[in-house]
Order: sequence, then structure tokens, then C-alpha cells
Amino acid sequence: MSLAAESTSGSARSLRLTALTKEFATFTAVRSLDLEVPAGTFFALLGPSGCGKTTTLRMVAGLDTPTSGTIHLGQDEITYQKPYRRPVNTVFQNYALFPHLNIHDNVAFGLRRRGVKDVDRQVQEMLALVELEAQARKKPTQMSGGQQQRVALARALINRPEVLLLDEPLGALDLKLRRGMQIELKRIQTEVGLTFVHVTHDQEEAMTMADTIAVMNGGVIEQMGSPAELYENPRTTFVANFLGQTNLMPGTVAGADSDVVRVDMHGTQVSIPADRAHTREGSGWVGIRPEKVLLAPEGEPIDAPGNHMTGGVITDVSFVGVSTQYLVRMPWGQELMAFEQNTGRRAVLAHGTKVDVSWRPEFAFLLPATQDVNAGAVEEA
Amino acid sequence: MTGRKLTGYWLILPAALWLGLFFAIPFYSLLANSLYDPEGSVLTGYHVSYRFANFADAIRDSGPELWRSLWYAGLATAICLVLGYVLAYAIAFKAGKWRNLMLVLVIAPFFTSFLVRTLSWKLILADDGFIVDTLRFVHILGEDGRLLATPVAVIAGLVYNFLPFMVLPLYASLEKIDGRLVEAAGDLYASPLRGFLKVTLPLSMPGVVAGTLLTFIPAAGDYINAQLLGSPNQRMVGNVIQDLYTDTGDFAAAGALSVTLMVIIVAAVLVYIRRAGTEELL
Repeated sequence: MSLAAESTSGSARSLRLTALTKEFATFTAVRSLDLEVPAGTFFALLGPSGCGKTTTLRMVAGLDTPTSGTIHLGQDEITYQKPYRRPVNTVFQNYALFPHLNIHDNVAFGLRRRGVKDVDRQVQEMLALVELEAQARKKPTQMSGGQQQRVALARALINRPEVLLLDEPLGALDLKLRRGMQIELKRIQTEVGLTFVHVTHDQEEAMTMADTIAVMNGGVIEQMGSPAELYENPRTTFVANFLGQTNLMPGTVAGADSDVVRVDMHGTQVSIPADRAHTREGSGWVGIRPEKVLLAPEGEPIDAPGNHMTGGVITDVSFVGVSTQYLVRMPWGQELMAFEQNTGRRAVLAHGTKVDVSWRPEFAFLLPATQDVNAGAVEEA
Repeated sequence: MTGRKLTGYWLILPAALWLGLFFAIPFYSLLANSLYDPEGSVLTGYHVSYRFANFADAIRDSGPELWRSLWYAGLATAICLVLGYVLAYAIAFKAGKWRNLMLVLVIAPFFTSFLVRTLSWKLILADDGFIVDTLRFVHILGEDGRLLATPVAVIAGLVYNFLPFMVLPLYASLEKIDGRLVEAAGDLYASPLRGFLKVTLPLSMPGVVAGTLLTFIPAAGDYINAQLLGSPNQRMVGNVIQDLYTDTGDFAAAGALSVTLMVIIVAAVLVYIRRAGTEELL
């Protein structure tokens, strides 16, 4: 469609934040942040509330002024440019639709401020993109939350900003609508080919939509990468806990060579691939995702060879339909989570069953013991 | 009727009594006055003669005062709107921790009588006062120019006395505006001025309408400012009505003039509200 053609006509520029810092009177919201968002990508800033992600977004929009550092679009510095002069638009958290204007005029607002004369056709086209053509004459208060959300999106997108900022755009929607809008947002982003920077505290939302996620905590980026990369190979306990669930078990590095680090875990040696070992000496946390943990009744063979541990006892069984979630108490007292698909290959194991536990070495990761094992574990409501 | 149904009527009763005693009966009396036989007097008594010519007589005799009232009140309202908007905007968005103090200061004059405050303006604008001296010194006023007994004094008095009635509703509607809407306007390429004109101002229209009505209506009927700060050349319709009632005892003319003023104001307000397009915003 024409929109995509115009926006990808070679003018796409990347967004670059360099040593960006924002200090408020009593705390530092963002600490020396470095970040590059390639043009045309769907980028998510993920973190708990108060981590500095919204402040970062507001600085890019020009609504907050950085204490220090710079913001560049391509070669142009926009750090101190007025918000109304930036080729950046925002979808606000509570939409901030103008209550005195109808949907058509809300969407036309940006074009009109820039002196575009004939806006009707573009507004129609944009409302078609978000499937609201029939509602053009309604006032925002006459629309549902999901519709308002799409109006807010249309109102920002129609300006073809170089960067579209989305501040928790789905936060006010109920779960079912949110899932639908996630797919919709991703479809629109692909269609128009613009750079989206999406701020959210919902890890599932970020993983569903984003090409790249930056996990923020305490004003700094903990880790950045593709959703799969962050999930499979987290570099910090915060990332491991904040994205999904994880088992973190204490261990001591017993030796390391070029491609593998061996860790002694309560008498059992497990090996971790070197690129997944984020410490090579001292003690650490061995991490394994619950769905990677394989179980078998004591003494029975486990179908995948790997790091093998014995002496577990099942202390809790939750049947959730597609899968069964077990808690297994290990000899050293820790309870491990193990998720098993209900393929029907084996009956659900009963509470109290003695089991062996195993996982493939390539799925485990090793984090320094200096990191807080509970960081990021309490997900906010 | 059940007890619950009766409760509603009991609750309405005080308000209905109040409205009957202090609005319906006086209003009826005023209408009756306006249709009295003009030959009546305090000595001979009055009686209703349904003489509609009283209205024509009132407009003919007091036309200048009537127009002057509307004109002074309109001008005072316009000045109040500009001053009041700036003040209300500052209190709502810029005052920070001083906000409550500033609101108290806006209301503070009400702790003193309206009359005393207007009289003090007589001192402020006096011929040998600081303001007149200064204006003479810079030649804005001539050698023996004065402010008292001029339209300037009367309008200044009206502005001063009715400014709080403008500021408070304006503040109430400005304060309600979500700051994120102004941010959104800025994000959508509106300069601060355009953002104000396209977002803040339209959203504050209920306050503008309420404030202008609360200022214009009492100002048009006011007689204190014209009496204390003006001369016979600045007489307003309120002064005429007061004289007719209390000095001349011409109840017919006073009543007719009062009703005429009321009708003009109600008509003007209806046209204004429709033109301002605020029905849907209210």
C-alpha cells in the first residue's frame, strides 16, 4: 500500500541514544543509557514500573529534557529539539485523545498543524487501516477502550513519523483484547515499515511483538537482544526471572576450557557451554528453564542424555491442560520447577514419586553468584 | 403513597419553600408592578391595570441608561475575561505549591463588604491620589484630568468587583484539563500557541461561558459602582430602577424597566450559549 512505499523510500534513519541520563530531584531515572534502534524494527523497552523505560520514551519524544547525553536520528541530533519539531509521534498510555474533537479531527490533528490542506483522503485511509472508517464522526468518549487505542494509533501513524513511540499502549485493555491488538500492532508495523519503540512491563507482550527487546532495570539496560536470545541465554538473574520462569541452582565452577564450563552442583558435575556461562570462576547460579527439565521415575532411563541428577521427590503437581507443572524437591532442599507437555506418552506422575531429573547441557546457563537470585522474580500485576 | 416516596418530597420542601419565598413571589410581584397603572403613588395606592405601554415608556425614558449598562457590563466582562484567564491559567498550571494560597487570595476580598471595597476605590482613584498624580505626570491625563466620575472608574470598579466570579469557574475548568492532552498536541506538531488555541482553549469553554455569565449578568444590573465611582453621566439602569423604587415611588416604571432588563439579559444569554456551542461541552 502507498503508506509503506512512501515511508521506506530511503529516508529511514536509526534512532541512537548515547550516554542518556535523566536525574530527577530525588533519584536517577535513567543512567547513561546507550541504545541503537535500527530503522524499521519493532523495538521493545521492557521492565518493571520505575525502571526508567517511560522516561526514556519521553526524552525521545521531547516531553522530558535529558540531564545529559544525546539523542540522534540518523546524523541529526534531536536531544533538545522541541517536541513539535521532531519527526516522532507517540501513542500515549491512556491514549490522550482530544475529547472535544471527533475521531476524524483527532486523526487529522497532526496533518493540520503541519499545514496539510486536504486531509480527508489520508484520514480515511488511516481509519481504514485500523478498521474504524464507520466511526469517523463519533467522539472519543463514545468508543470502547480498544477502539480508542486504535484511534490513538491512527492519530500518530498518519504523520508517518520516523519513530513511533508506544507507551504501554495495551495496558488499559482486557487480556483478550490485548492479545488481539498485539497481533494487529505487529501487522500494522510490518505493513507501514516504520520504526516502533514500544514500552511495556508485560514480557509476553514484548516477546510477541518485538524484533529486539531491551530489558531495563533501575535506569540501565540489563540485556538487549531478540526475544529468543534473551529467553534462552539471559545474562543476569533479573532477565532470567523477568522473562518467564526459571530454576536457579547454586553451584561452584570446577573447571573451564574453551568451549565448556564445568560446575559442581551438590556433588554432581554439570557442564555449561562457554557462550552461555557468564562467569568462569567462583560460585554461580546454574539456570535452566522449567520446560527444559525432563523427569523420569527413579531409575528409569530419560530419553535425552544430559546433566543427570538423582534423588528428587515430586512435592506438587498442577495439571493445566496442555501441560503439567511439577515441583521437585532435590536432595539439597531446593524445589525445581518442571513443565511437561501432556503428550499422553506417560501418565501424570503422582505427588511423592521419586524421580530423576535431567536436562540437555546446551539449554543451561551460568550466572555469577553475586547477582540477586530473586531479582525480577516478582512480576507486577 | 409509601414512606419512601414521601421522603423525596420532604427533601424538596426546603428548596421549594426558599424558591417560592425569594424568587416566585418577588418575581410575580415584579411582573405585577410592571403592569401597574402609572398614576398610582405611595399615597393613592397602586393597582394592576395591564398597561403594557409601561414597557415602551420605560425603554423610551431610560434607553440611554439601559444601553450604557449593557455596554459597561460587556466591556467589564471582556476585560475580566482577559485578566481572569491569565490569572486562572497561571494558578492552574504554573502556581505549583502556591496554588492554594493564590486561590485564597482570589477569594479573600469577599471577607470585606462589597460597599467598603468599592468605597476604597474612591480613594485609590481620587483626584489627588497616587494613580491620578502619576497619570497626570506622564501626560496620559491632562492638567486637571481625573478618573473619578468617568466611565473608566465605573468600569474599573466593575472589573475589580466581578473578577473573582470570572476567575473561579475558569480555574475550575482549566484545572480539569488533562496535561497529557497538551503534551499530545505538542507531540502532534502543535506549537505551544497552537496547542493552546486548539486544545486548552476549547476545553476551557465551559469555564469561559460560566465566567462571562457570572460577570455580565450581575454587572449589567449593578448600581453601586456607578453611584460611588461615577457621576450622573455614568448612571446605569440599576441606578434608575433604584431611584424609581425608593425616591420617586414610580413602581410601574421601575417594574417595567426591571422586567425589560431581565428579558434582554435572558435573550442575550440564550443567543450567547448557542453561539459559544457549549451545550455539548457542559
